[in-house]
Amino acid sequence: MEGLSIEGVGKRFGDQHAVRSLSLEIEPGEFVALLGPSGCGKTTMLRMLAGFERVSAGRIALGGRLWADTTHHLPPEQRNMGMVFQSYALWPHMNVADNVGYPVKLRGIGGNDYRRRVREALALVRLEAYAERSPQELSGGQRQRVALARCLVTSPSVVLLDEPLANLDRHLRASMEECFRDFHHRTGATLVYVTHDQSEAMSLADRIAVMKAGELVQWATPETLYRQPRSEWLAGFIGDGSVLSLPGGTPGQVLATDMLMSLASQASGAGHQPVLVRPEHVQLGEQGLNARVERSIFRGERYELSLRLADLTPLVAYSPRAIAEGSEVKAMLTQGWCLEADA
Amino acid sequence: MASVLSHGGQQRRLFSLLLVLIVLLSLIPSLRLLLEALSDLGQGTGSPLWRVLTSTSTWRALWHSLYTSTLGMLLALLLGGLFAFVITLTDVRGKPWLVFCFMLPMMIPPQVTALSWLQLSGPASPLLNSLGIAPALGSPQPLYSAGGIALLLGIQSAPLVFLALRTSLLSLPRELIEAARISGASQAQVWGHMILPITRSGLIVGGAMAFISSLGNFGIPAMLGIPAGYLVLPTLIYQRMASFGTGVLAEMAALSMLIGLLALAGVALQQFLSGRSRFGLVGHSGRPHDFALGRWRGGVEAVLVTMLAVILVAPLAALVVSSLVPAMGVPLTPETVSLEAFREMLGRQGVTRRAMRNSLVLAGGAALMLMALSLPLAYHLQRLPRRWQGLTLSAIEVPYALPGVVLAVACILLFVRPLPIVQVTLYGTLGLIFVAYLARFLVVCLKPVVASLAQLDPSLEEAAQLAGAGPWRRLAGIIFPLMAPALFAGGILVFLLAVNELTVSALLWSAGNETLGVLIFNLDEGGESVLASALAVLVVALVAGLMLALNLLAAWLPKGVIPWKA
Repeated sequence: MEGLSIEGVGKRFGDQHAVRSLSLEIEPGEFVALLGPSGCGKTTMLRMLAGFERVSAGRIALGGRLWADTTHHLPPEQRNMGMVFQSYALWPHMNVADNVGYPVKLRGIGGNDYRRRVREALALVRLEAYAERSPQELSGGQRQRVALARCLVTSPSVVLLDEPLANLDRHLRASMEECFRDFHHRTGATLVYVTHDQSEAMSLADRIAVMKAGELVQWATPETLYRQPRSEWLAGFIGDGSVLSLPGGTPGQVLATDMLMSLASQASGAGHQPVLVRPEHVQLGEQGLNARVERSIFRGERYELSLRLADLTPLVAYSPRAIAEGSEVKAMLTQGWCLEADA
Repeated sequence: MASVLSHGGQQRRLFSLLLVLIVLLSLIPSLRLLLEALSDLGQGTGSPLWRVLTSTSTWRALWHSLYTSTLGMLLALLLGGLFAFVITLTDVRGKPWLVFCFMLPMMIPPQVTALSWLQLSGPASPLLNSLGIAPALGSPQPLYSAGGIALLLGIQSAPLVFLALRTSLLSLPRELIEAARISGASQAQVWGHMILPITRSGLIVGGAMAFISSLGNFGIPAMLGIPAGYLVLPTLIYQRMASFGTGVLAEMAALSMLIGLLALAGVALQQFLSGRSRFGLVGHSGRPHDFALGRWRGGVEAVLVTMLAVILVAPLAALVVSSLVPAMGVPLTPETVSLEAFREMLGRQGVTRRAMRNSLVLAGGAALMLMALSLPLAYHLQRLPRRWQGLTLSAIEVPYALPGVVLAVACILLFVRPLPIVQVTLYGTLGLIFVAYLARFLVVCLKPVVASLAQLDPSLEEAAQLAGAGPWRRLAGIIFPLMAPALFAGGILVFLLAVNELTVSALLWSAGNETLGVLIFNLDEGGESVLASALAVLVVALVAGLMLALNLLAAWLPKGVIPWKA
């Protein structure tokens, strides 16, 4: 197995930069997510990986084999990859078995070998019984699984997934996520997964590349992204929490309770260092900063409180029991993470 | 509150009545025709239907119709298919102009197409004479033949195939192609395995439309076939009517029924075939796949331009040259060039001015009247249950789907006697042609409005209702301004079709009531090719001008209203 390397890749449409100098080294067999709000360039990046778009700068290679740079472009049909489309892209004039078998047929495999491969691929997604159906007769989740079977039938080394869950309802999403995880375990293929849904990316991927306005913001594991997001924007994009402006600390620094509390008590809104405080690091008790409960929302396992500090900075905290809106509480901050300020 | 309700009820009753009248107007001529064709069946061998069915000329004309229409359809499939695939799926340049030029032959009246091709070929061609490459005098005009008729029918109906195929290509989701390529299919394999099978229904629909329209075409077989004694069904009816008048109406009704049945069989076959190969397509269909032609692009563009030059530019050039020479057979040189024909047509021939006035009044009147009818009709249609909507639209479509000759014969049957009660005779007046136009072109005007209304968010009208606007107020203040572009587009389309109409008016005209279409046809039949050419040049300029005007409207219209815009 070979790793996928993306080096300084950029894409321009006219004078619009869709992707700007993006570099990622993807390990063989890794499950990677490209995450970002719509219009951030993640789909363009995926289409460059697939070969539907040419690169305007940089290079893409699999192992030692060059896929694309500014002068060279390997067409999609020669890259031997699989792709699951948002709309599934099942060919309406072929039945399920023909859809799944088409890539095999194109590789000149026929007869028993062909039938065995199709049968195995359908068995993997538990659709053997549907081989003769036409795609129009299947439900959304079943179509998705046919698309998955189609891209694993040739055992590609890289599989691309373009927002594959966007068209499914919430219930089906959970079971399809399980299906993807399973698929990844069994095939060992490198998976590149595009999504705008941070919880999907966090729960599936080994590593996540967060993109914004065509640029890479951070490339890290889900845990690092949550605990140590690089910038203020990213801290707001992933997970809950509040950002305080404090008069001390440097980006990339963890602030422990004492330091954090002393900075927070002298802040009064005049600081310039953004510090992320996750709700689990806010303890309500006998001592700490004075705060007022503005909103208390029941979330099932706990209450989510919107507090406002004396200097009017908002702060999010959790509480196991209901606290009346408008009441005064004291909040201890037990940990903070210093962010880079947004430009 | 009570007054609002009663107003709504009043409006609904009024529009329902209108709808019923319109449906009757659409269906009665055809029913009258059927009645006449099937009359006196009890007489056995003496009945008109029996006489028609036992006549050899009927079967010969039927065979000619089928032969030329089938050949024409094949040619249309070839031409339209090539243009649709290349323009929709590849990255050739100048697409809007290619589409416009390719669509132009559809809007040019058939008799003008035939006339321009006649000016292009044969020993008398002014263009060939001017270039010094005309065949020897006495050699035959090659277009006066079945092949010539089929060629022009093919060119005239190729845009229909183009449109049908382009629609189905534009709705082809890009992902389907991309999924095939990522599975390892080369560009050639993508064509064979994906694009052709998926767009098969578009090809079938286009082919059937080309066949039906060729079957009903009158102008081309009339100009090319009658001089050669090669009659198809519509020209057979025309000749009989011209020689024997209304005395043979019953037999003509039987003949018309025969063409009508053929056309309906074509429609049914098309629906059956395309129903079996139509797929529900899922996915993003905004932009179809672009095949990069690479170094082939220049060559492919040259091929398209050359074909357009042959099927459009050359005949039109021949037409212009013919209109500028003093007489047929004289080559065009700086010394011989003359605007005499135009001067003669516009200045001295009273009949030209009369025909122009007649055509403009008929087409303009029909367009205005149909525009006025379309808004309330479409508005009311939308409130009907789906099934009734479909049935009503089908009924309204009948006079347009049937060949023009059939409608003309039906109208003669219906109006040859004075109307009951009012004792007015429409036969032999412009009024008859006007009524026939209303029935024939209603669907052309109505369809864009229905399409546009279906796209309208109902909450816009509901908001006005909550604000206190009554039904008439809403129709005038909310619906009308939003529908206006579609309404005008429909009106202009009607005008375009009606101003050049020949098939219906060829049978319905009478002295003093000539239309432009009839006049060109008569001039050419009378050997006045130069005058006919001059008039045809004016007509083509009018058509192209109106099409360009519609292009300017395109930005305010829903997709698909203007046929030559994607």
